[in-house]
Amino acid sequence: MINGTTKAAVSESKAYRTETRTNQHSISLLVNNKPGVLIRISLVFARRGYNIDSLVVSPTHNGKFARMNIVASGEPKTLEQIIRQLNKLIDVIHAKDHTGETVVEKELALIKVRCAPEKRTEVLQIAEHFKGQAVDLSESTILIQATGGTEKLDALETMLDKYGIVELARTGKVIMARGESGT
Amino acid sequence: MPKKTCTGADALIHCIQQHGVEYIFGHPGGAAIPIFDALVDSPIKFILTRHEQGATHMADGYARATGRAGVALVTSGPGATNTITGIMTAMMDSVPMLVITGQTIQSMLGLDAFQEADVMGLTYAAVKHSYLVRNPNDIPRIVKEAFYIAESGRPGPVLIDIPKDVSGAIIEPNYNVEIDLPGYVIPSAGDPEAIARCAELLAAAKKPLLLIGHGAVISDAGRPLKALAEKLQIPIVNTLLGKGAFPETHELSLGMLGMHGTAYANMAVAECDLIMSVGSRWDDRITGKLAAFCPNAVKIHVDIDPAEIGKMIKPHCAIVGDARLVLEELLPLARKGDTGEWISHLKKLKKRFPLHYRMHGGLKAQYVLDELFRLTKGKAIVTTDVGQHQMWAAQFYKTDHRFHWISSGGAGTMGFGMPAAIGAQFARPDAQVIAVVGDGGFQMTQAELATAAVNKLPIKILVINNRYLGMVRQWQNLFFDNRLSGVDLEGNPDFVKLAEAYGMQGFRIKRNADAGRVLERALAYNDGPCIIDAEVEKEDNVFPMIPAGASYQEMVLEPPKMKMEKPVGST
Repeated sequence: MINGTTKAAVSESKAYRTETRTNQHSISLLVNNKPGVLIRISLVFARRGYNIDSLVVSPTHNGKFARMNIVASGEPKTLEQIIRQLNKLIDVIHAKDHTGETVVEKELALIKVRCAPEKRTEVLQIAEHFKGQAVDLSESTILIQATGGTEKLDALETMLDKYGIVELARTGKVIMARGESGT
Repeated sequence: MPKKTCTGADALIHCIQQHGVEYIFGHPGGAAIPIFDALVDSPIKFILTRHEQGATHMADGYARATGRAGVALVTSGPGATNTITGIMTAMMDSVPMLVITGQTIQSMLGLDAFQEADVMGLTYAAVKHSYLVRNPNDIPRIVKEAFYIAESGRPGPVLIDIPKDVSGAIIEPNYNVEIDLPGYVIPSAGDPEAIARCAELLAAAKKPLLLIGHGAVISDAGRPLKALAEKLQIPIVNTLLGKGAFPETHELSLGMLGMHGTAYANMAVAECDLIMSVGSRWDDRITGKLAAFCPNAVKIHVDIDPAEIGKMIKPHCAIVGDARLVLEELLPLARKGDTGEWISHLKKLKKRFPLHYRMHGGLKAQYVLDELFRLTKGKAIVTTDVGQHQMWAAQFYKTDHRFHWISSGGAGTMGFGMPAAIGAQFARPDAQVIAVVGDGGFQMTQAELATAAVNKLPIKILVINNRYLGMVRQWQNLFFDNRLSGVDLEGNPDFVKLAEAYGMQGFRIKRNADAGRVLERALAYNDGPCIIDAEVEKEDNVFPMIPAGASYQEMVLEPPKMKMEKPVGST
C-alpha cells in the first residue's frame, strides 16, 4: 500500500528528476583498470558541484582498461572544464562528453510491482508494450525487467507506478558511439 | 651494479639514485625503517629535517632552484600527513617533487594499525599522481614513471606509498623496465595554425602586452621570450612566479602585475588592446574582477595544460604547448606592429608612478629590501614566505635570472621560505641564497634552523619583523575599521638570541641608517647560516593594491583617506 505521503514524495522526486535531467550530461571514459581510479574521477565531479546520477563501470575486451559511463548533472558551462580535468588524470585514457550526440544509449531496469493475481494480465500487457518481461512472480508481486533508453524506462515506471512500485533498480546508462567513431 | 637480490627498499633507493638524485630530505619512522636502512649503503645524502613539512619545502626549494624533482622521504601516519601542506604547495605552483611515505604492512591496511593513515585517500586532491606499491617488483617501473610524471609537462608532486612488507621484501629487481602510461599525453609544440593566427593578432595590436608566468620559467622560455619582446617591441609584465623568466631590469619589463603589482604594470594591463599570457593561469590575484579584466583586449593564452584554457578567461586564441617551443615557432612568424607610441606612453607612466616609500619614521621594510638588492647586485637566489614581506620583496628585489625567485604563490604557504632556502642552497652550493621571511611565517617552520645549522649552509635569513601578521592586519586596517583581531605576534622570541641558541650568527637592524652596513656584514658572513632581524615599522601597508575581486580601475596607490569597501574576491 502506498499512502498519501509517499505518493507526494514520489511525485516530488519525479519533479526533481525532470529538473535535473535538463542539466544532465552523458560522459564516457576509458580508464586504467586498477584501484583508486574511481575516486580520482569522482573527486573532479564533486569539486565542481556536479552530482553523479548514474555510474556504470565495466571491463573492456582489453583487461588493462575499464569503461565508465557517467550521467552527471550540474552547470553546463563547467562541463567542458570537467572533461579537460578528467583527461588530465594519468589514469584516464580519454574522457568524452556525449550529450546531444547520436549515440546508442541503453539501460536496464528491474521494477518490482505490487500485483495481486487478478491484476497480472494488466501489468504484463503494460510490460509487453515496453518490450519488458516478467522475471519473477509471487502471490503479491511481479518483477519486470526492461531495457532501453532512459525516457522509455521512465515512461514504463510511470505506467507501473499506479499499481505500487515496491522496489526499483536501474543500471544507469551504457553508451556507445555509432559506426566507426569511438566512444 | 646492485646486488642480484635485494630488498624492495634497496631497489627503490637504487632507482632514485639512478635518476641523478643527490639529496633526500626527510624524517624517519617505523614504517620507513627498511628504506632508511637502504640509505646507509647509498651515495645519496640524506638530510634529516626536524619536521616533515620542512622536508617537503626543502625538496620544493631544491626543485625550484634546479628544475629537477626534489625528493622527500617520511614515515606513515603523522609523518605522511605532515607532508600534505608541502605537497599542496608544490601542486599549486607546478613544482616537480617525489614524496615517499612509509606505510603499515599490507595485511594491516585498513585495520587502523599503529601510525596507519590512508595517505592515498588523504592526498588524492593534492597530487599530480600517486601510487600505493603492492608488489615490490613494480618498484623500478613506478619510480621511473613517478619521476617522469613529476618533471614532464606541467610538473607536479607525485607520491609513492610503500607498505613496510613491500620495502622489506627480497626481490630480484629488473631495472630494465619501460614506463606504461597510456593516459599521459604531454603537449609539446603548439598547433601551427593557432601560432600563425597569434602572429597576425600581435602584428595588428597597437598596445600589446606579454604576461609571463611560471610556465615560462619552467620551460626555459627566456631566450625566445627576450627575442620576441625585443623584435616586436612589446612590454612585459610578470606574475609573482614569473619572476626570472625575463629580466625585470630590462627596459621592456614593467615588473609584477596584479594585486600588489607595480602601478605602471597594472595601468598597462588596464589600457592594453592585446594581452598574451605565456605560462600563466590568469590567477585571481592577476585578474581581479574577471568581468572587468581587459574587457576590450584581445586575449591569447599559451599553456601546456589544456585544462587551463578557458578556465578563467575565454581566449581569442589558445595555443596548447610548451612555452619555449611555442615561442620559438612564433618568433620567425611574428612581425612588429606599431607599438612606438605605447612604449613611450608606458615609459612616462614608469617615471610618474614609480614604486616608492617614505623614509621618515622607523625602519622601512622596502628600504631594507632595496638595499639588499643593491648590495647583492640582484644576483642572489631569494626565497620568501607569504605576506607583506613577500610582496615587498617581489616589488623591490628585481629578478633577472631563471630559478632565482622561489616563493609560494598559489598556495600562499606560510613557513615555506626558510626551508625552501635550505633546499635551494643544497642545490646551488655556490650561490648566495637569502630567505626573506616575516616574523609570523618564520616561526611556523623555525625548527629547521637546526637543519640549516648542522649542515653549515650559508643561507641568510632576513626576518622582516613587524611583530604583526602584517598582511591580515593590513586588511583589517583598510577594510574592517582597523578592528585588529588575532594578528598581534606578542611573544616573539629575540631572533638574534635564537640564532645564538643554534650556534648561528645573529644581526639586528633597527634604523634605516644602519641597514646597509648591517646587511653588508651579514652578506659577508659565510661560516654557516645567519639571521638578520630587521625590526621594521609595525604598521606599514603594501601599495599599490587592487582589493581582492576589484577591477584594475580601482587600484589604490596611497593609503586611502576614506574607509574602503570590504573586498568581494577570494581571500
